[in-house]
Amino acid sequence: MLEIKDISKKFPDFELNGISFRVAKGDYFILLGESGAGKSMILETIAGLVRPDSGEIWLDGKEISHTKIQERKIGLVFQDHAVFPHLTVMENIAFALHAQGLSREEKRLRVKEIARLLGISGLLHRSPTSLSGGELQRVALGRTLIQKPRVLLLDEPLASLDIQLKRDLRRLLRSIHQEGQTIIHVTHDYEEALALGTNIAVIHKGQVIQTGTPEAVFTHPKSEFVAHFVGVKNFFSVHLEIRDQITFAITNNNIPIRIVSESINEDAFILIRGEDILVSNTPVETSATNNFPGKIVEIVPGVQGVNLTVNIGIEMHALITRESVEKLNLKAGGKCWIHFKATAVKMIAK
Amino acid sequence: MLFIVAPLLGMALKTTPHQIFETAGEEEVRQSIWLTIVTSFSGTVFFSVAAIPLAYLLARKNFPLKKLVSGIIDLPVVIPHSAAGIALLGFVSRDSALGQMGSLVGLNFVGHPAGISIAMAFVSIPYLINAARDGFAGVPERLEKAALTLGASPLRVFFTITLPLAWRNIVSGLIMMFARGMSEFGAVIVVAYHPMITPVLIYERFGAFGLKYARPVSVLFIAISLVLFITLRWLAKEKEEK
Repeated sequence: MLEIKDISKKFPDFELNGISFRVAKGDYFILLGESGAGKSMILETIAGLVRPDSGEIWLDGKEISHTKIQERKIGLVFQDHAVFPHLTVMENIAFALHAQGLSREEKRLRVKEIARLLGISGLLHRSPTSLSGGELQRVALGRTLIQKPRVLLLDEPLASLDIQLKRDLRRLLRSIHQEGQTIIHVTHDYEEALALGTNIAVIHKGQVIQTGTPEAVFTHPKSEFVAHFVGVKNFFSVHLEIRDQITFAITNNNIPIRIVSESINEDAFILIRGEDILVSNTPVETSATNNFPGKIVEIVPGVQGVNLTVNIGIEMHALITRESVEKLNLKAGGKCWIHFKATAVKMIAK
Repeated sequence: MLFIVAPLLGMALKTTPHQIFETAGEEEVRQSIWLTIVTSFSGTVFFSVAAIPLAYLLARKNFPLKKLVSGIIDLPVVIPHSAAGIALLGFVSRDSALGQMGSLVGLNFVGHPAGISIAMAFVSIPYLINAARDGFAGVPERLEKAALTLGASPLRVFFTITLPLAWRNIVSGLIMMFARGMSEFGAVIVVAYHPMITPVLIYERFGAFGLKYARPVSVLFIAISLVLFITLRWLAKEKEEK
């Protein structure tokens, strides 16, 4: 439905370089990248606010690279909502209906319908200056959805919201998507990407590094940057070799990790999930063939458990329960052993 | 504060109400005050049509020699106003291009209210341009971009988003331009001694008859100016609050 072909643009201190990706009709497409990666610029280029130096934008089989902003029928919700402060909520939402030749009553009905969908019917006569962040975000969404855009562009829509509001807005975005709306959503939060996206493009320094379904990107990251950005902590560049008829993945600082693989004498990436790593105070006999002593660098409680960072020559990250930390009396600076199976080591070809 | 208030208060206290009423009854004084208000107002309105779009360009666009243009805009404030009057005289006299165009419609700017308006506007337009420019610069570009993505043409964006949000600064600039124009003396006296605007009338009365005779006109004119501008500011604030 939407195809971005090789878009490049030079800014005074930044550059978009050969950006290409496809968004199918009905997709919830995530542009994932850290701040300053160029994600917002890509959205503004699609909307027509920024003219690229080269490349093409195709929408529904027609090239729109030089089409006027007003004629693209692409809606953009800015990160800071950009709700017009001098107009009421109703006037904001009705703004896009001006050129449609509707009567006052028709406009009023359309606005009320959208407001009902977004749960802001009670705010229509309010001034935006009196609204909360979440309410403003909904007004901005309503104002954009009322024009029935072919593609809805969202620039960090959940960025400035607290956890409860984030949950509410995520639910709302999912329901809008389920109605058939094609969405491109920019975020730096990989959990948000996982929760909402049907497809993802990871952006780094103005370039698309990897595209694919969330599962594909998160389980097979193509670079260390992608791996770390999507929350995969145990991701290492290795050289595969056989020693005593056993395949090892040798890390850059010569830590030998046993792996089940038919590849040898080549460079690759390996990925080990934190939940696949066991921790003990002493060396124990198990079926795990990777057993390393190490020093605990950091113990950080998280939503899904406790993240334990252990230095075995490289830093490994284990995800264990709070009870285990207490039971084993694990402390930062203390010593421990980590264990994981050769089959838990996933190889990703370079 | 004392430096500003003391001379004005002193002058007001030395003028009796009877003197003020008598002066207000003089036809020459009433006509002069009316002329001053009308010429300054006309000049403000006429030149704001180009000044406000120029201010928008200065706020939003980058172009070669932009800093030079901004410097030139401030020139009328810094140059001696009598010198400005001499420069304007050359610009509006019968021999000039503008003067010749005026002659075609029977208009001689020198010694005419139109010439007075031009002189007033020349010295006061920087106040409007700078205030309007600051107003436009204060409108987040994001809002304009959002309006464009909602289907508005650039003209609609300007009139429904940019101008309303910059309006407070523009009104302030218009009031300042109007006020400054009304109080102009140096440039006007060169271009049009007659018909006499009130600052020129005050000067003439002082020169011909002395301080005592000039004081009542001065107090009357200051009082009218104060009432006028306080009213304008109040009206502007009322509209903003609505």
